[in-house]
Amino acid sequence: MKKTFVAMLLAVVMALTMVSGALAEETAAIKVGLIGPMTGDAASYGVSVAQGAELAVGEVNALGGVQLELNVQDDEHDPEMSVNAYNTLWDWGAQMIIGTVTTSPCIAVAAEAYNDRMFMLTPSASSTDVIADKDNVYQICFTDPAQGSASAQYIAEHGLATKVAVIYNNADAYSTGIYQTFEAEAAELGLEVVAVATFTNETTDFSVQLTQAREAGAELVFLPIYYTPASMILQQAANMEFKPIFFGVDGMDGILNIEGFDTSLAEGVMLLTPFSADATDELTVNFVTNYEAAYGATPDQFAADAYDAVYTIYAAVNAAGITADTPTEECCDLLIEAMQGLEIKGVTGTMTWDATGAVTKTPTAVRIENGVYVGFDVSAAAEAPAEEAAAE
Amino acid sequence: MTLFLSYLINGISLGSIYAIIALGYTMVYGIARMLNFAHGDVIMVGAYICFCATQYLGLPAVVGVLVAMVACTALGVTIERLAYRPLRQAASLAVLITAIGMSYLLQNLALLIWGPNPKSFASVVSIGSISLFDGALLISGETIVTVLANIVIMVALTQFTGRTKMGKAMRAVSEDRGAAELMGINVNHTIALTFAIGSALAAIAGALLCSSYPTLQPTTGSMPGIKAFTAAVFGGIGSIPGAMIGGVLLGVIEILGRAYVSTELGDAFVFAVLIVVLLVKPTGLLGKKVSEKV
Repeated sequence: MKKTFVAMLLAVVMALTMVSGALAEETAAIKVGLIGPMTGDAASYGVSVAQGAELAVGEVNALGGVQLELNVQDDEHDPEMSVNAYNTLWDWGAQMIIGTVTTSPCIAVAAEAYNDRMFMLTPSASSTDVIADKDNVYQICFTDPAQGSASAQYIAEHGLATKVAVIYNNADAYSTGIYQTFEAEAAELGLEVVAVATFTNETTDFSVQLTQAREAGAELVFLPIYYTPASMILQQAANMEFKPIFFGVDGMDGILNIEGFDTSLAEGVMLLTPFSADATDELTVNFVTNYEAAYGATPDQFAADAYDAVYTIYAAVNAAGITADTPTEECCDLLIEAMQGLEIKGVTGTMTWDATGAVTKTPTAVRIENGVYVGFDVSAAAEAPAEEAAAE
Repeated sequence: MTLFLSYLINGISLGSIYAIIALGYTMVYGIARMLNFAHGDVIMVGAYICFCATQYLGLPAVVGVLVAMVACTALGVTIERLAYRPLRQAASLAVLITAIGMSYLLQNLALLIWGPNPKSFASVVSIGSISLFDGALLISGETIVTVLANIVIMVALTQFTGRTKMGKAMRAVSEDRGAAELMGINVNHTIALTFAIGSALAAIAGALLCSSYPTLQPTTGSMPGIKAFTAAVFGGIGSIPGAMIGGVLLGVIEILGRAYVSTELGDAFVFAVLIVVLLVKPTGLLGKKVSEKV
């Protein structure tokens, strides 16, 4: 995998060297902005993304070809702050944006970027609203519809449960987006959704939602939510001795890194993610080793998405022949064109993109055992929805 | 029926936490005549200190709570000395704004010291849960301890303000500060003592709050703080039994509202109830009788 990738990159780099040789040597770096929550509730995602991206930029620059300069801005997972961060990057002269990390801010920034003709590649904002009607926004992660339907398919195919409860955050576009497609797919597959309970951002007491799920006889509770509320749900479920299977999506990733969290509470929790740090292919092993050496932590899916995002940008920049002098608007059109022809073998799978900006790749499911992820292969279950999402 | 009972117990558990926080609001309001909006954040600091003592220093949970109480007492007295005492003669609006500023200061200091990532608080309660009706109804150890702590604190405070010399001084200051001063009562000491007691209670409330709802971050105290303030007003601000009744009722209303009407509107119910009570009985449930006392 790694070899093909490197070979492909080398070919592109060589091609570019010939071009730039004619244009005289470029020394200035291409300015890449990155927006994500470095502080606040969702900081775990943002920090992972920034670290994954920095690692990849370091590697890319060491290749000696096109140089990238990364500028990381904090948005605290807040749409207004995110637009401010975007404006800061615009003033700085960013030619393209990696971000934003979370869905709600990303929708706000994508609208601005569309008007300004700034190319955006989000590592992890997975709602279809992020890319809808905007030709300049692309995703590394697979979309919410793909996550919702892939989860339902996985549960049905593996016979995990027939009675399913859902607890989701009604104030969050990510959470509601996944819930809607999950529900639709569950109905088709004959899964019985026995209870649907909602909460909002301020909620800390989940006793009512959990009681409703238990009273309805749910064998599995689907949690299309972020990890902070999920940690409270697991704790409170344990307190009331309610022990269904808990099934999460990529937002659950990060739960094991909460300081002081009793990982035994997450024992048996399953989640759908495109990246598994214990995969044995050369690309993943290299990434995990280098990441651990640099940051002293095992990379999560967000770090992996960001790592792939930088390599995607790098490949697209090379393919489009962009230099540090290319104006932002021109970069946007060139990159959009380049994205269509790319096939990137990254740590989160092999990715291709269609004109909507949605990615096609294969998610896998992992189960938490003894405080670590243990991988599953669900390629058969997830192939179809990923394609469906791409077709939408 | 057991379902209703289990909701009721959850409500009482949540309400008891509100009640302990509300006691802090009501004590300070009753004596210093000011709304200490930083109270919710003192709770958060207490929870963080308890977390650090148990997690990093490996102290037992009870010692952790005691350490947090001592630290919060010091913090409460310091806040009073530095931020509120210089404004003793100022307009009440100035004090209110200072309290809000103090609240933000504490939140941002916590952000600097402990970072933005939520921490998962290990319960300080080690007793197990009680199971009734063959397991249909489960009362968690946290609930039992919270309710008991609430009752003990309320009785102790009532006795303290009713029987001891310091308690009498507090009541005197709350009734007429000038006259109390003329009688030889040190008003500054009395108010500082009130802050000390309120902040120590905040540490207990923080440990119990995070034992039941284990996510600890710099904003942990703000929403419970606002709800507890609502509870204090609901019960009649300044009244100790009022704070307790207001807190418990508010918790029960919130949980039952979530259970039977809408899981998303739990908070809306809390504040709707407050509005209705204030319209019907502006002094709160127990406000009329003892609003001028502690």
